[in-house]
Amino acid sequence: MNSVANRVLRVALPLIVLAAVIGIWQLVTTLAPSFFFPTATRIGDAIADLYFSGPPEHFFLSDAFFSEVVPSLARLFSGWALGALVGIILGFVVGLLPRVAGYVDPVLQFLRSVPPPVIIPLYLILFGIGDEMKVLFIATGVLWPVLLNTIDGVRNVPTTQLDTAQAFKIRVPDRLLHVVLPAALPKIFAGLTIGVAVAIVVMVLSEMFAATNGIGYMLLQGQRGFRFPDMWGEVVLLGIIGFLFNTLLLFVEHRVLKWHRQSKGTI
Amino acid sequence: MSGSDRPLLEVRELRHQYGSHEVIGGINLSLTPGEFVAIVGPSGAGKTTLLRTLSGLLRPTSGDIFMHGEKVDSVPSELAMVFQDYSRSLFPWMTVAANVNFPLRRMRQLSKAERAERVRESLESVGLAGTERKYPWQLSGGMQQRVAIARALAYRPSVLLMDEPFASVDAQTRMDLEDLILRVWETHPMTVLFVTHDIDESVYLSQRVLVLSKSPTRVVRDIAVPLPRARDQFATKALPEFAALREEIAGHILGRTT
Repeated sequence: MNSVANRVLRVALPLIVLAAVIGIWQLVTTLAPSFFFPTATRIGDAIADLYFSGPPEHFFLSDAFFSEVVPSLARLFSGWALGALVGIILGFVVGLLPRVAGYVDPVLQFLRSVPPPVIIPLYLILFGIGDEMKVLFIATGVLWPVLLNTIDGVRNVPTTQLDTAQAFKIRVPDRLLHVVLPAALPKIFAGLTIGVAVAIVVMVLSEMFAATNGIGYMLLQGQRGFRFPDMWGEVVLLGIIGFLFNTLLLFVEHRVLKWHRQSKGTI
Repeated sequence: MSGSDRPLLEVRELRHQYGSHEVIGGINLSLTPGEFVAIVGPSGAGKTTLLRTLSGLLRPTSGDIFMHGEKVDSVPSELAMVFQDYSRSLFPWMTVAANVNFPLRRMRQLSKAERAERVRESLESVGLAGTERKYPWQLSGGMQQRVAIARALAYRPSVLLMDEPFASVDAQTRMDLEDLILRVWETHPMTVLFVTHDIDESVYLSQRVLVLSKSPTRVVRDIAVPLPRARDQFATKALPEFAALREEIAGHILGRTT
């Protein structure tokens, strides 16, 4: 009985807090109207008008949704996936070869300290202003947290686990796939989660710099055209996208790393 | 040692150095098929290093290893190992059955059904029938070490290497596991090489005790254990011969340390 009540509270409380924040925003912006801070309902209307006013056969998604939000999401996912894939593969190579790790460590430390935005000018010259540039830019941002976490995970596989695999003459590909990868997976997921946050920042940034569509582009257009409800609408939309992406990743992690959580819980 | 048997595993002048520090200084030993041999030595003797070279985890600096009378360069797949640290030797992301099955995967000559049968049999012989679908971390320490033993058994080794396997479990569990390994050894055709720092354990389990010196490690004594083959935690340990053997071994170990 108590546990049911607890569970209801655990789901309900965050929603109540969220509703309270929206309510306070609404109250303050209604009592003290400001051109720059529209009310929550106006922001909601702006989002609905822009993106969710389409015909029923398009699930109420408007043309603007397909021309602005969908390209952003496509860049976000493909950039993140590319950065993650390259990061994991490179992380295995560096993590498994201690000598290589020693050689490349100073370079890695330098490169990861370079803030992603500063490479935009270079990428503009190298790759133009098309989608390739944005996807590669996002991938570059995602690469570092995934790479460094994978290296860390691969290097810290318990020695006894590696010894066991070796003593039983497990083949090297099997060792990588069934011992090193699962052992490093908690760290890799940590890198992937940081990667999601980085990917969204970098995606918006690339669209503000050089784009003719996308959420970042629309955000800037809203600000430049003094359409502040629209601008705020894009901010809210970005928050929702980040939340959903993160939740999706957490859901996958929850299933894949069940053993990790539970084995820690029992010790 | 019964001289009629041809040695199964023979080690000649095995040495191992870390830099200029010699850990193992010329070890000779020979195991006949079906023997249970214990290795004891003062702490800091290269007991673990010796087992690691035998299991192929460490390349000896020099020395020869013979299997069935033939010199081997790499360690043959007839050896299985049980580590002290069972919680890290089992893979927490695999079920008990998957852990036991893991070394069998590369045995192409076995069908899936045959492997499943081996897994079942091995788990049964360590008293863990029915735990196939559990995860190692859902089991107690003693049970986890039994899974590790089952994994080694399923591998059907001719030599089972055990590196202080019962050093991290409580006393009661330890006695249970000692009797379990004796029972398993009786029913499986294999040689056991059992490393321990516990003198009582070495005498209780084995037919022969090799006493090591401090590093650079050598075998200083090869002591036969002529106790009745059926051992009992209380009756065997109460025998005057048991006490005499324990005293003799302790003397050799302590004699070397002073």
